[in-house]
Amino acid sequence: MSEIERAGDAHGQGPGTTLARGQGGVAEKFENPGLPEHRHRMGDTDPKAARRAERQVAILLVLSMIGSVLIVVSIIGVKYDGSFNQISLSTKAIGLSMFLSLFALGVGAVHWAKTLMPDDERIDYRHRQRGTTAERDQAVAILKEGTDESGIARRPLIRNTLIGAGVLFPIPAVFFFRDTGPLPGDDLSTTMWREGMYLTKDPEGGRIRASDLGLGSVVHVMPEGIEDQEEILNAKAKAAVLLMRLEPELLNPGSGREDWAVDGIVAYSKICTHMGCPVALYEQQTHHLLCPCHQSTFDVTRECKVIFGPAKRALPQLPIRVDAEGYLQAQSGFHEAVGPSFWERG
Amino acid sequence: MSSQTTVDKVAAGIGNYADDTAGASKIVNGFARKIFPDHWSFMLGEITLYSFVILLLTGTFLTFFYEPSAAETTYTGIYAPLAGQTVSEAYASSLRLSFDIRGGLLMRQVHHWAALVFVAATIVHMARVFFTGAFRKPRELNWVIGGVLALLAVFEGFTGYSLPDDLLSGTGIRIADAIILAVPVVGSYISFFLFGGEFPGQDFIPRFFTIHILLLPAVMLALIVVHLFFVVIHKHTQYPGPGRTEDNVVGFPLFPVYAAKAGGFFFIVFGVIALIAALFSINPIWAYGAYDPSPVTAGSQPDWYMGWLDGAVRLMPGWTEISAFGYTLSLNIFIPTTVIILFVMGALVAYPYLEQIATGDKREHHLLDRPRNAPTRTGLGVMAVTFYVLLWISGGNDIIAHIMQLSINDITRFLRVALFVLPAIAFVVTKRICLGLQRKDREKALHGRETGRIVRLPHGEFIEVHAPLSDLERWTLVQHEVQRPMEIEDRVDAGNPDTLYGRFQRRLSKFYFEDRVEPVTPAEVEAAHSHGELGSDEEHLAVGDKENAAIGTSQTLHG
Ligand code: HEM
Ligand code: FES
Repeated sequence: MSEIERAGDAHGQGPGTTLARGQGGVAEKFENPGLPEHRHRMGDTDPKAARRAERQVAILLVLSMIGSVLIVVSIIGVKYDGSFNQISLSTKAIGLSMFLSLFALGVGAVHWAKTLMPDDERIDYRHRQRGTTAERDQAVAILKEGTDESGIARRPLIRNTLIGAGVLFPIPAVFFFRDTGPLPGDDLSTTMWREGMYLTKDPEGGRIRASDLGLGSVVHVMPEGIEDQEEILNAKAKAAVLLMRLEPELLNPGSGREDWAVDGIVAYSKICTHMGCPVALYEQQTHHLLCPCHQSTFDVTRECKVIFGPAKRALPQLPIRVDAEGYLQAQSGFHEAVGPSFWERG
Repeated sequence: MSSQTTVDKVAAGIGNYADDTAGASKIVNGFARKIFPDHWSFMLGEITLYSFVILLLTGTFLTFFYEPSAAETTYTGIYAPLAGQTVSEAYASSLRLSFDIRGGLLMRQVHHWAALVFVAATIVHMARVFFTGAFRKPRELNWVIGGVLALLAVFEGFTGYSLPDDLLSGTGIRIADAIILAVPVVGSYISFFLFGGEFPGQDFIPRFFTIHILLLPAVMLALIVVHLFFVVIHKHTQYPGPGRTEDNVVGFPLFPVYAAKAGGFFFIVFGVIALIAALFSINPIWAYGAYDPSPVTAGSQPDWYMGWLDGAVRLMPGWTEISAFGYTLSLNIFIPTTVIILFVMGALVAYPYLEQIATGDKREHHLLDRPRNAPTRTGLGVMAVTFYVLLWISGGNDIIAHIMQLSINDITRFLRVALFVLPAIAFVVTKRICLGLQRKDREKALHGRETGRIVRLPHGEFIEVHAPLSDLERWTLVQHEVQRPMEIEDRVDAGNPDTLYGRFQRRLSKFYFEDRVEPVTPAEVEAAHSHGELGSDEEHLAVGDKENAAIGTSQTLHG
C-alpha cells in the first residue's frame, strides 16, 4: 500500500503538474487521487477457480503439443505429387497444424499470465533523461579536459587537415559503383527497328500480310529476329508494337506522316509513354487505346495522342509499308524514343 | 543446501555460469522487474516486431530454395501449363518452392502475409504514437527512427515482391524504373547503374536479392534494436488515470508477467498469420506467368502499401511533363513518386519539432494525451489519414469505376479535387468533434453521469438525475493540462517575439491553441454543486449546462 500512496505523492513533482493553490483554499487543479484499490480476481481467493485456470492452461499447452505433432504428420503423411489438390491439401494441413501449435501455446501463456500471475499494478519511478546540473557540469568538464589533452584547439593545422581527411575519405566509395552499369548513351532512344525489318506476330511469329488484316483488327507485333537478340527482354521492352486497321479516312496523319500507314493499317509503340506498361486494351468503337496501369487513353484516329490520364506524349508511330508480296515491313525505326520519359529525351 | 532439488541445482549452475561470464546478475537486477504499462494499443508495436521476426524466419527458409538469377532455363517442374517454357531461374525456383517443396507454398504465403501485416502494423503503430502524443520529448528521436523504419519497410516489401520474376513483379519493376528515369538530370544514370544497363537486363534480380535479404534487413534490425533500447531507457508511456503521473510508470513486471504475455503474444501473431496463409492464397505467381515486357497485365494491383503512390501517379495530369531546351522534366511522375515520398518523410520527421515550436514546451511527457485533448494535432492526423486514404482509393479508380458503373474520367476528376478539399474538411470536422468531446467531458466532470432518470421538480420543470462521479472517475476527465496560445500566456521556453522565429512560433501557437476547452477546476465543481443541490443527498441534480462561461477560450468559440 505504501507504494500506492507514494504514487499519489509523486504527483505534483513532475513538470507542469504544480499544485498551485487558488484563493480561498480551493485548489486550482484537482489532485491525483492515486491508484484505485486493487480488486482481486476469483482465482486469487478461490483455490477452485485457480485450479480451473491451471487446468485450462494445461489443456491449451497440450493442444499446442498436438498441433506440433500434426505438423510433422502433415509434412510426412500428406502425399505430395504436385497435383493442385494435393498441394492445397498439404498447405492447409501443415498451416492449420501450425496454427494450432503456435496459437494454443500463445493463448496458454497469456491465459496463465492473466489468471494466475499477480495482477496488482506495480510502480516504477521515472528519471529525467537530462542529467542533473552536477552531472552535466561533470560531463562538460570531462569533454573539455579531453579536448585540451588532445590539443586540437591549440593546433588548427591538425584540426583543419582532420576535417579535410574526414570529408574526403567517404567520397571514393561512390566511385566503387562505377562499374555497376554502362552509361546510358543513346540506348534509351533507340530500338531494334530498322528500315526493311518485317513485322511479325507476337508471340506466335510469322510475317503479316496486309490483306489478312480485317477492319477493326489488332495484332501484337515484334520485329522479325527478336528471338535471336542477346538480351531478348531488353529488346522486347522497347520494340513491342501494336498494329491496328481502321477506315483510312478515320486517320488524321500529321504532315510528314501521310505515308506512314498502309490502307488504314497503322503501327504504334505498345510501350506506354507514361511508365512503360504495355498499352493494349483497344476499344474498337472509339478507336481508343487504354493503358491498364494508370488508364492513360490514346486516340488512334489522332496519331495516338493522349486524351486522358497521366501520360503526356502520344505513342510513337512506326512508319510501315508493304513489300512486293504484300508483307508489312518498317519504313524506318521510330523517329523518337519509346516508353517512359527521361531527362535527356528532349 | 541438502534440501535443494536437482532442478534448483541445475538452475543455480546455469545462473552461476551466466553471471561469471556475462554478469547476468546485474542484468537480471536491472531488467527483470522493469514495469510496463498495459494497454491494447501498446500491442501494435509488438505485432510489428513479431511479424518482422516471422519474416526473418520464413525468409531464411525461402533462401534455401530460391535462385537469384535471371539466367534462362527451361521449366521442367510439375506445373503442366508452363512445362517446356523458357523462364528465368528465379521464376523456375519460385515455382519449385511452391509446387515441389513440402511446406514451400505455405512458407511463401506466410512470408507474404507477414509482410503485409508488418507494414500495416507499422503504420497503425505509428498512428497510435501520433494520436496519443507519444512522440513528444524525450521520444522525438525514437519517432524519427520509427519513420525511417516505415520507409525501409516499404522498400523491403517492394524488393521482395520483385524477386519471383513473374509478370506482376516485372510490371512493378518496370514502374520503378520509370520512377527512377523521371528523376531530373541523373535519372537515366541511376537506372543504368541499378539495372546494370537497360531495363530489365540480367542484374537486377541478384542485386535486389542482396538488398532484400541482407542490406535492408540488417539496417532494419539495427534500427529496431535501437528503437527498443530507447523504449527501455525512456520507459514506456502510459495513459492518464488515477495514480498515473509524469514521474511513475504503473503496470506489470517484465518477469514473469510480460515474459508470458508478450512471449505468448508472439505465438498468437505467428499462429494467426499461419492460419491466414493456410487458408488464403496470395501472389499465385504460376497464374501470372513469367515476366515478359509485352503481354498485357490488365487490372494488375501492387501490394496494398504501394497503392497510395499508384493512386498519386494516376491523379497527376499529363500536362505536368515539361520539355524545354532539349530536356524533359517528367513532373507527372517525379512529383507523385519521389517528391511525395520525400515530402511525407520530411513532414513525419519534422512533426515532433514543429509541435515543440508551437507549444514552446521542452519538458518531458510520459502521460499520453487522450486524442480529444489535442484537437489540432488530432485534426492534422485525421487530415493526413484522409489524404492517404484518398490516394489509396485513387489507386483503385478503375475498380471503382467498374463496380459503380461510372466513367473513370469522372472519378479521376472528382478525386483530383477531393484530394485537396476532403482533408481540409476532415481537419475542421475532427477538431470540432474533439472540442465537442472535451465539452462533454466538462459536463460530466461538473454534473456527473447521466442516469437516464427524469424527475419532475416541485415547480413543474423536468430534469434528468445526474449521478456524481467518484474522484477516480473524475480524474481522467480533468487531469490534463491545457495549452493557451502564447499571445495570452507567454511561456518561459518560448522564443523572443521580436524575431522572425518568435513571430512564427506565436503564429503556430495560435493555430494550435486558439480554440480550446479548459478542464474543469475544483472551484467550478464546487460552484456547480452549491447551486445544483436541489434534490436528494446522494444524487446531485443539475439543469443543463448554464455555466458555459466556464469554457475557457481566448475568443468565443464558434461552433
Ligand atoms: C518498423 C518497425 C517498428 C517496430 C518493430 C516497432 C516496435 C515498437 C515496439 C515493440 C514499441 C513498444 C510498444 C508500443 O508502444 O507499441 C515501440 C514504441 C514506439 N515506436 Fe515503434 N516500431 C516500429 C516502427 C515505428 C514507427 C514507424 C514509428 C513512428 C514514426 C514508431 C514510433 C515509436 C515510438 C515514438 C515509440 C514509443 C512509444 C511509447 O513509449 O509510448 N515506431 N515500437
Ligand atoms: S504506364 Fe500507362 S498509364 Fe501509366
